[in-house]
Amino acid sequence: MEAAGVITILAVLLIVLALVYYLVSVIVALRKITAGLDKAIASVGEIVEKSAPVNDVVMTSNENLDAGVDLLEGLLVKKAGLTDAVGLVEGLYAGASAAGFRSFPESTTIKAPRIGEVYTQGTLTLARLGREAPIAAGNPAGPALRDVERGSLAARQLYPEIRQTRPDSLPRSPVIGTDAPEQYEQRDDIGAPRKRLPARDHD
Amino acid sequence: MTLWWIGNVVLLVVVLPVVVYLLHGVLSAAKAIVPSVHEIGAAAAAGSKDLDAAALLLTTQEQVTQTIAVAANYGGSLDVILDDA
Repeated sequence: MEAAGVITILAVLLIVLALVYYLVSVIVALRKITAGLDKAIASVGEIVEKSAPVNDVVMTSNENLDAGVDLLEGLLVKKAGLTDAVGLVEGLYAGASAAGFRSFPESTTIKAPRIGEVYTQGTLTLARLGREAPIAAGNPAGPALRDVERGSLAARQLYPEIRQTRPDSLPRSPVIGTDAPEQYEQRDDIGAPRKRLPARDHD
Repeated sequence: MTLWWIGNVVLLVVVLPVVVYLLHGVLSAAKAIVPSVHEIGAAAAAGSKDLDAAALLLTTQEQVTQTIAVAANYGGSLDVILDDA
């Protein structure tokens, strides 16, 4: 065989060897990729399965919360009036009145009264609770049940009839000590050892 | 004979390096994909584990419904107790 033929065979052999080596390596890498993708697809399947009810749950919760917001906004506006309701919201959460109420688009155009600057939040709450409120301004439409000018009378009547009639002088406090005008006889048993009880019979 | 030698030289000097270069590129690309696939698998497994608490959303849904129902009851009572503006 001529040398040129040997070289040709050797070259072809080298090329084939290179092809075999690299292609086998590529096959091994692709098998690893396939195995990794199988694991990833299994996990993705779990994600899809677990997240399936999320949409319905969130939608239902949002619907319920929307209904709750509409309910509370409607109740607030019904009881306090739209203007005062905006003022109450502004007093509790500064700047919140700009967003207005969802069910009352016209609330965004109302200038919020400065309710929060005049009364504290607790007073506002009591004021909105009814005519029994201390400031007696719960409902401007009706008269106050409590006497506004003498609002403390009801509380004072809870105490014994001593100060209600506003007497000129009240009984003085009792004087105690050795110089007290009224001395009491000292008891003998005070300070003495405690009497021992008779022992029980244990049969 | 001369052409045969020239062919041999071309085969060894040109064809073989080109084949090796191209196959090496394919192998490098394939090997580069393997760690990315493993990372994707790990991320998907972690994401799946993070969603284990998604089942509790059903409880949250019930709680929201009950809370709104209670608020509605309070609202109805307040509507009766308080005077309208």
